[in-house]
Amino acid sequence: MDYRGSDTIAGPARADLLPDSATMAVKVVIVGGFGVGKTTLVGSVSEIRPLTTEETMTQAGAGVDDLAGVERKTSTTVAMDFGRISITDELVLYVFGTPGQERFWFLWNGLFEGALGAVVLVDTRRLEVSFDVIGRLEDRGVPFVVAVNSFPESPGYPTEDLRAALDLDPGVPIVACDARTRESSKDVLLTLMHYLYGLSARAGR
Amino acid sequence: MSAGDQDWDEGIPERLYVITRGRSGLAEQATFDLVTLIVSRAEPAPTMQPEHAAILRICGAPLSVAEISAYLGLPTSAVTVLLADLLADGRIEARSPVPQAILPDRALLEAVIHGLQRL
Repeated sequence: MDYRGSDTIAGPARADLLPDSATMAVKVVIVGGFGVGKTTLVGSVSEIRPLTTEETMTQAGAGVDDLAGVERKTSTTVAMDFGRISITDELVLYVFGTPGQERFWFLWNGLFEGALGAVVLVDTRRLEVSFDVIGRLEDRGVPFVVAVNSFPESPGYPTEDLRAALDLDPGVPIVACDARTRESSKDVLLTLMHYLYGLSARAGR
Repeated sequence: MSAGDQDWDEGIPERLYVITRGRSGLAEQATFDLVTLIVSRAEPAPTMQPEHAAILRICGAPLSVAEISAYLGLPTSAVTVLLADLLADGRIEARSPVPQAILPDRALLEAVIHGLQRL
Protein backbone atom coordinates (compact mmCIF):
# COMPACT_ATOMS: atom_id res chain seq x y z
CA MET A 1 0.00 0.00 0.00
CA ASP A 2 1.43 3.33 -0.99
CA TYR A 3 1.06 6.49 0.95
CA ARG A 4 -1.12 8.66 -1.18
CA GLY A 5 -0.21 12.13 -0.01
CA SER A 6 -2.40 13.96 2.44
CA ASP A 7 -4.37 16.00 -0.08
CA THR A 8 -5.56 13.02 -2.02
CA ILE A 9 -6.48 10.74 0.88
CA ALA A 10 -10.06 9.70 0.58
CA GLY A 11 -11.70 8.89 3.88
CA PRO A 12 -14.63 6.55 4.20
CA ALA A 13 -17.55 6.84 1.81
CA ARG A 14 -20.58 8.62 3.27
CA ALA A 15 -22.47 5.35 3.53
CA ASP A 16 -19.65 3.85 5.60
CA LEU A 17 -19.59 6.54 8.30
CA LEU A 18 -20.23 5.40 11.84
CA PRO A 19 -22.70 7.46 13.87
CA ASP A 20 -21.13 9.78 16.44
CA SER A 21 -22.86 7.66 19.08
CA ALA A 22 -20.35 4.84 18.38
CA THR A 23 -18.37 4.77 21.59
CA MET A 24 -17.26 1.17 22.05
CA ALA A 25 -15.51 -1.24 19.75
CA VAL A 26 -14.63 -4.91 20.15
CA LYS A 27 -12.71 -7.24 17.87
CA VAL A 28 -12.43 -10.85 16.89
CA VAL A 29 -9.60 -12.42 14.92
CA ILE A 30 -9.84 -14.92 12.08
CA VAL A 31 -6.57 -16.81 11.88
CA GLY A 32 -5.52 -19.40 9.35
CA GLY A 33 -3.03 -20.36 6.66
CA PHE A 34 -2.58 -18.87 3.20
CA GLY A 35 -5.57 -19.14 0.94
CA VAL A 36 -7.85 -20.68 3.55
CA GLY A 37 -10.49 -17.99 3.05
CA LYS A 38 -9.91 -15.48 5.85
CA THR A 39 -10.46 -12.46 3.64
CA THR A 40 -13.47 -14.12 2.04
CA LEU A 41 -15.04 -14.67 5.45
CA VAL A 42 -14.26 -11.12 6.56
CA GLY A 43 -15.77 -9.77 3.34
CA SER A 44 -18.90 -11.90 3.73
CA VAL A 45 -19.87 -10.47 7.10
CA SER A 46 -18.48 -6.94 6.82
CA GLU A 47 -20.77 -3.97 6.29
CA ILE A 48 -17.91 -2.10 4.62
CA ARG A 49 -15.67 -3.23 1.81
CA PRO A 50 -12.80 -4.95 3.64
CA LEU A 51 -9.86 -2.65 4.33
CA THR A 52 -6.20 -3.48 4.68
CA THR A 53 -3.95 -2.31 7.45
CA GLU A 54 -0.29 -3.11 7.63
CA GLU A 55 2.35 -3.55 10.25
CA THR A 56 6.08 -3.44 9.95
CA MET A 57 8.11 -6.48 10.91
CA THR A 58 11.06 -5.26 12.88
CA GLN A 59 12.64 -8.60 13.69
CA ALA A 60 15.36 -9.80 11.39
CA GLY A 61 14.07 -12.39 8.99
CA ALA A 62 17.33 -14.34 9.04
CA GLY A 63 17.04 -18.06 9.36
CA VAL A 64 13.47 -18.21 8.15
CA ASP A 65 13.43 -20.48 5.13
CA ASP A 66 10.46 -18.89 3.41
CA LEU A 67 12.29 -15.61 3.24
CA ALA A 68 15.18 -17.05 1.21
CA GLY A 69 16.40 -14.40 -1.15
CA VAL A 70 15.12 -11.48 0.86
CA GLU A 71 17.56 -11.67 3.77
CA ARG A 72 18.73 -8.15 3.16
CA LYS A 73 15.41 -6.70 4.13
CA THR A 74 15.49 -4.75 7.34
CA SER A 75 11.84 -3.81 7.21
CA THR A 76 9.02 -5.93 5.89
CA THR A 77 5.38 -5.11 6.05
CA VAL A 78 2.58 -7.59 6.43
CA ALA A 79 -0.97 -6.73 5.49
CA MET A 80 -4.08 -7.66 7.46
CA ASP A 81 -7.57 -7.43 6.04
CA PHE A 82 -10.42 -6.44 8.28
CA GLY A 83 -14.09 -5.63 8.19
CA ARG A 84 -16.68 -4.02 10.42
CA ILE A 85 -20.14 -4.83 11.74
CA SER A 86 -22.25 -2.24 13.58
CA ILE A 87 -23.85 -4.09 16.47
CA THR A 88 -25.79 -1.17 17.96
CA ASP A 89 -25.54 2.60 17.63
CA GLU A 90 -22.89 2.48 20.35
CA LEU A 91 -21.12 -0.84 19.77
CA VAL A 92 -19.01 -1.82 16.75
CA LEU A 93 -17.43 -5.22 16.04
CA TYR A 94 -14.25 -5.41 13.97
CA VAL A 95 -13.20 -8.67 12.35
CA PHE A 96 -9.50 -9.06 11.53
CA GLY A 97 -7.97 -11.74 9.34
CA THR A 98 -4.37 -12.64 10.11
CA PRO A 99 -2.02 -15.25 8.69
CA GLY A 100 -1.31 -18.17 10.99
CA GLN A 101 2.30 -18.97 10.14
CA GLU A 102 4.77 -18.56 12.93
CA ARG A 103 6.69 -15.84 11.15
CA PHE A 104 3.63 -13.57 11.45
CA TRP A 105 3.16 -14.05 15.16
CA PHE A 106 4.85 -10.73 15.83
CA LEU A 107 1.50 -9.25 14.77
CA TRP A 108 -0.36 -11.01 17.52
CA ASN A 109 0.48 -8.83 20.50
CA GLY A 110 -1.58 -5.83 19.51
CA LEU A 111 -4.09 -7.94 17.68
CA PHE A 112 -5.17 -10.34 20.40
CA GLU A 113 -4.84 -7.81 23.20
CA GLY A 114 -8.44 -7.26 24.28
CA ALA A 115 -9.89 -9.46 21.51
CA LEU A 116 -13.11 -11.27 22.44
CA GLY A 117 -11.82 -14.47 20.88
CA ALA A 118 -10.64 -16.09 17.68
CA VAL A 119 -11.79 -18.30 14.84
CA VAL A 120 -9.23 -20.77 13.53
CA LEU A 121 -10.16 -21.20 9.89
CA VAL A 122 -9.04 -24.60 8.66
CA ASP A 123 -8.54 -26.09 5.24
CA THR A 124 -8.57 -29.88 5.66
CA ARG A 125 -6.10 -30.18 2.78
CA ARG A 126 -3.52 -28.33 4.87
CA LEU A 127 -4.04 -29.02 8.54
CA GLU A 128 -0.43 -28.48 9.56
CA VAL A 129 -0.65 -24.68 9.86
CA SER A 130 -3.55 -25.11 12.28
CA PHE A 131 -1.52 -27.19 14.76
CA ASP A 132 0.85 -24.35 15.54
CA VAL A 133 -1.91 -21.75 15.60
CA ILE A 134 -4.03 -23.75 18.03
CA GLY A 135 -1.08 -24.38 20.31
CA ARG A 136 -0.20 -20.73 20.30
CA LEU A 137 -3.76 -19.62 21.08
CA GLU A 138 -3.94 -22.12 23.93
CA ASP A 139 -0.64 -20.79 25.30
CA ARG A 140 -1.97 -17.24 25.18
CA GLY A 141 -5.29 -18.20 26.74
CA VAL A 142 -7.29 -16.89 23.78
CA PRO A 143 -10.66 -18.69 23.51
CA PHE A 144 -11.32 -19.93 19.98
CA VAL A 145 -13.57 -22.06 17.81
CA VAL A 146 -12.53 -24.01 14.73
CA ALA A 147 -14.28 -23.40 11.41
CA VAL A 148 -13.64 -25.74 8.51
CA ASN A 149 -13.96 -23.90 5.23
CA SER A 150 -15.49 -26.19 2.63
CA PHE A 151 -13.59 -26.36 -0.61
CA PRO A 152 -15.02 -28.60 -3.33
CA GLU A 153 -11.92 -30.79 -3.35
CA SER A 154 -11.42 -30.88 0.43
CA PRO A 155 -11.55 -34.28 1.99
CA GLY A 156 -14.52 -34.41 4.31
CA TYR A 157 -13.56 -35.61 7.78
CA PRO A 158 -16.02 -36.47 10.51
CA THR A 159 -15.84 -33.79 13.18
CA GLU A 160 -14.50 -36.16 15.81
CA ASP A 161 -11.66 -37.30 13.54
CA LEU A 162 -10.75 -33.67 13.00
CA ARG A 163 -10.92 -33.02 16.73
CA ALA A 164 -8.51 -35.87 17.30
CA ALA A 165 -6.23 -34.78 14.46
CA LEU A 166 -6.06 -31.24 15.85
CA ASP A 167 -5.82 -32.49 19.44
CA LEU A 168 -8.68 -30.20 20.47
CA ASP A 169 -10.32 -30.09 23.86
CA PRO A 170 -13.77 -31.69 23.81
CA GLY A 171 -15.46 -28.38 24.57
CA VAL A 172 -14.03 -26.45 21.62
CA PRO A 173 -16.71 -26.13 18.91
CA ILE A 174 -15.92 -27.24 15.35
CA VAL A 175 -18.19 -25.98 12.59
CA ALA A 176 -18.20 -26.43 8.84
CA CYS A 177 -18.65 -23.26 6.85
CA ASP A 178 -18.75 -21.77 3.41
CA ALA A 179 -16.83 -18.53 3.87
CA ARG A 180 -18.31 -17.13 0.66
CA THR A 181 -21.78 -16.79 2.12
CA ARG A 182 -22.80 -14.24 4.70
CA GLU A 183 -25.18 -16.62 6.44
CA SER A 184 -22.52 -19.27 6.96
CA SER A 185 -19.83 -16.78 8.02
CA LYS A 186 -22.28 -15.14 10.41
CA ASP A 187 -22.97 -18.57 11.92
CA VAL A 188 -19.23 -19.01 12.54
CA LEU A 189 -19.10 -15.74 14.48
CA LEU A 190 -22.26 -16.69 16.36
CA THR A 191 -20.71 -20.05 17.28
CA LEU A 192 -17.75 -18.18 18.75
CA MET A 193 -20.02 -15.78 20.67
CA HIS A 194 -22.17 -18.59 22.09
CA TYR A 195 -19.01 -20.46 23.10
CA LEU A 196 -17.64 -17.34 24.83
CA TYR A 197 -21.00 -16.82 26.50
CA GLY A 198 -20.87 -20.34 27.89
CA LEU A 199 -17.34 -19.80 29.18
CA SER A 200 -18.33 -16.51 30.80
CA ALA A 201 -21.41 -18.02 32.37
CA ARG A 202 -19.38 -20.87 33.85
CA ALA A 203 -16.80 -18.41 35.12
CA GLY A 204 -19.66 -16.49 36.78
CA ARG A 205 -18.97 -13.27 34.91
CA MET B 1 -6.00 -16.05 -2.04
CA SER B 2 -6.29 -12.88 -0.03
CA ALA B 3 -4.15 -9.83 -0.54
CA GLY B 4 -3.04 -10.13 3.05
CA ASP B 5 -1.49 -13.47 2.35
CA GLN B 6 0.87 -12.30 -0.31
CA ASP B 7 1.29 -8.66 0.34
CA TRP B 8 4.96 -8.68 1.13
CA ASP B 9 6.41 -5.33 0.55
CA GLU B 10 9.69 -3.75 1.29
CA GLY B 11 8.84 -0.77 3.44
CA ILE B 12 10.18 2.70 3.07
CA PRO B 13 11.70 3.14 6.51
CA GLU B 14 13.18 6.54 5.72
CA ARG B 15 9.81 8.04 4.88
CA LEU B 16 8.22 6.58 7.99
CA TYR B 17 11.12 7.86 10.05
CA VAL B 18 10.42 11.40 8.83
CA ILE B 19 6.66 11.16 9.37
CA THR B 20 7.03 9.88 12.93
CA ARG B 21 10.18 11.93 13.61
CA GLY B 22 11.99 8.78 14.58
CA ARG B 23 9.52 7.44 17.12
CA SER B 24 8.85 3.71 16.94
CA GLY B 25 5.24 3.76 18.11
CA LEU B 26 5.90 1.16 20.81
CA ALA B 27 5.02 3.50 23.67
CA GLU B 28 1.97 4.81 21.84
CA GLN B 29 0.60 1.35 21.17
CA ALA B 30 -0.11 1.07 24.87
CA THR B 31 -2.57 3.95 24.48
CA PHE B 32 -4.15 3.00 21.17
CA ASP B 33 -5.65 -0.34 20.29
CA LEU B 34 -6.39 -1.27 16.67
CA VAL B 35 -10.06 -0.67 17.47
CA THR B 36 -9.76 2.50 19.55
CA LEU B 37 -12.27 4.85 17.94
CA ILE B 38 -10.91 8.28 17.02
CA VAL B 39 -13.03 11.41 16.52
CA SER B 40 -11.69 14.82 15.42
CA ARG B 41 -12.10 17.64 17.89
CA ALA B 42 -10.35 20.31 15.78
CA GLU B 43 -10.19 21.45 12.19
CA PRO B 44 -7.13 20.63 10.11
CA ALA B 45 -4.86 23.67 9.72
CA PRO B 46 -2.42 24.48 6.91
CA THR B 47 0.48 24.71 9.34
CA MET B 48 0.05 21.14 10.54
CA GLN B 49 2.09 18.19 9.42
CA PRO B 50 0.08 16.86 6.43
CA GLU B 51 -0.51 13.47 8.05
CA HIS B 52 -1.97 15.12 11.16
CA ALA B 53 -4.28 17.19 8.97
CA ALA B 54 -5.32 14.13 7.01
CA ILE B 55 -6.32 12.30 10.20
CA LEU B 56 -8.40 15.25 11.41
CA ARG B 57 -10.10 15.44 8.03
CA ILE B 58 -11.15 11.79 7.81
CA CYS B 59 -12.16 11.46 11.49
CA GLY B 60 -15.23 13.70 11.38
CA ALA B 61 -17.17 10.54 12.21
CA PRO B 62 -15.61 7.91 14.50
CA LEU B 63 -12.95 5.75 12.82
CA SER B 64 -10.88 2.96 14.33
CA VAL B 65 -7.09 3.14 14.38
CA ALA B 66 -7.07 0.24 11.90
CA GLU B 67 -9.31 2.15 9.49
CA ILE B 68 -7.14 5.27 9.75
CA SER B 69 -4.10 3.11 8.96
CA ALA B 70 -5.90 1.68 5.93
CA TYR B 71 -7.05 5.04 4.57
CA LEU B 72 -3.68 6.71 5.11
CA GLY B 73 -1.72 3.76 3.79
CA LEU B 74 0.58 3.90 6.82
CA PRO B 75 1.52 1.12 9.28
CA THR B 76 -0.44 1.17 12.51
CA SER B 77 2.76 1.83 14.47
CA ALA B 78 3.26 5.10 12.56
CA VAL B 79 -0.41 6.02 12.89
CA THR B 80 -0.34 5.60 16.66
CA VAL B 81 2.59 8.03 16.89
CA LEU B 82 0.63 10.62 14.91
CA LEU B 83 -2.47 10.02 17.03
CA ALA B 84 -0.49 10.48 20.24
CA ASP B 85 0.58 13.94 19.00
CA LEU B 86 -3.02 14.90 18.22
CA LEU B 87 -4.30 13.54 21.52
CA ALA B 88 -1.67 15.45 23.49
CA ASP B 89 -2.82 18.65 21.76
CA GLY B 90 -6.49 17.90 22.45
CA ARG B 91 -7.26 17.73 18.73
CA ILE B 92 -8.83 14.27 18.83
CA GLU B 93 -10.94 12.24 21.19
CA ALA B 94 -9.94 8.59 21.67
CA ARG B 95 -12.68 6.16 22.66
CA SER B 96 -10.96 3.15 24.13
CA PRO B 97 -12.22 -0.33 23.36
CA VAL B 98 -14.18 -2.28 25.89
CA PRO B 99 -11.56 -3.70 28.23
CA GLN B 100 -11.47 -7.50 28.44
CA ALA B 101 -10.14 -8.93 31.63
CA ILE B 102 -10.06 -12.64 30.93
CA LEU B 103 -13.45 -13.31 29.47
CA PRO B 104 -15.88 -10.74 28.09
CA ASP B 105 -18.96 -10.09 30.19
CA ARG B 106 -22.24 -11.67 29.29
CA ALA B 107 -24.17 -8.46 28.63
CA LEU B 108 -21.62 -7.49 25.98
CA LEU B 109 -21.76 -10.93 24.38
CA GLU B 110 -25.56 -10.85 24.38
CA ALA B 111 -25.45 -7.54 22.53
CA VAL B 112 -23.04 -8.93 19.95
CA ILE B 113 -25.13 -12.09 19.49
CA HIS B 114 -28.29 -10.06 18.92
CA GLY B 115 -26.46 -7.75 16.53
CA LEU B 116 -25.10 -10.66 14.50
CA GLN B 117 -28.48 -12.36 14.36
CA ARG B 118 -29.90 -9.24 12.71
CA LEU B 119 -27.30 -9.32 9.92
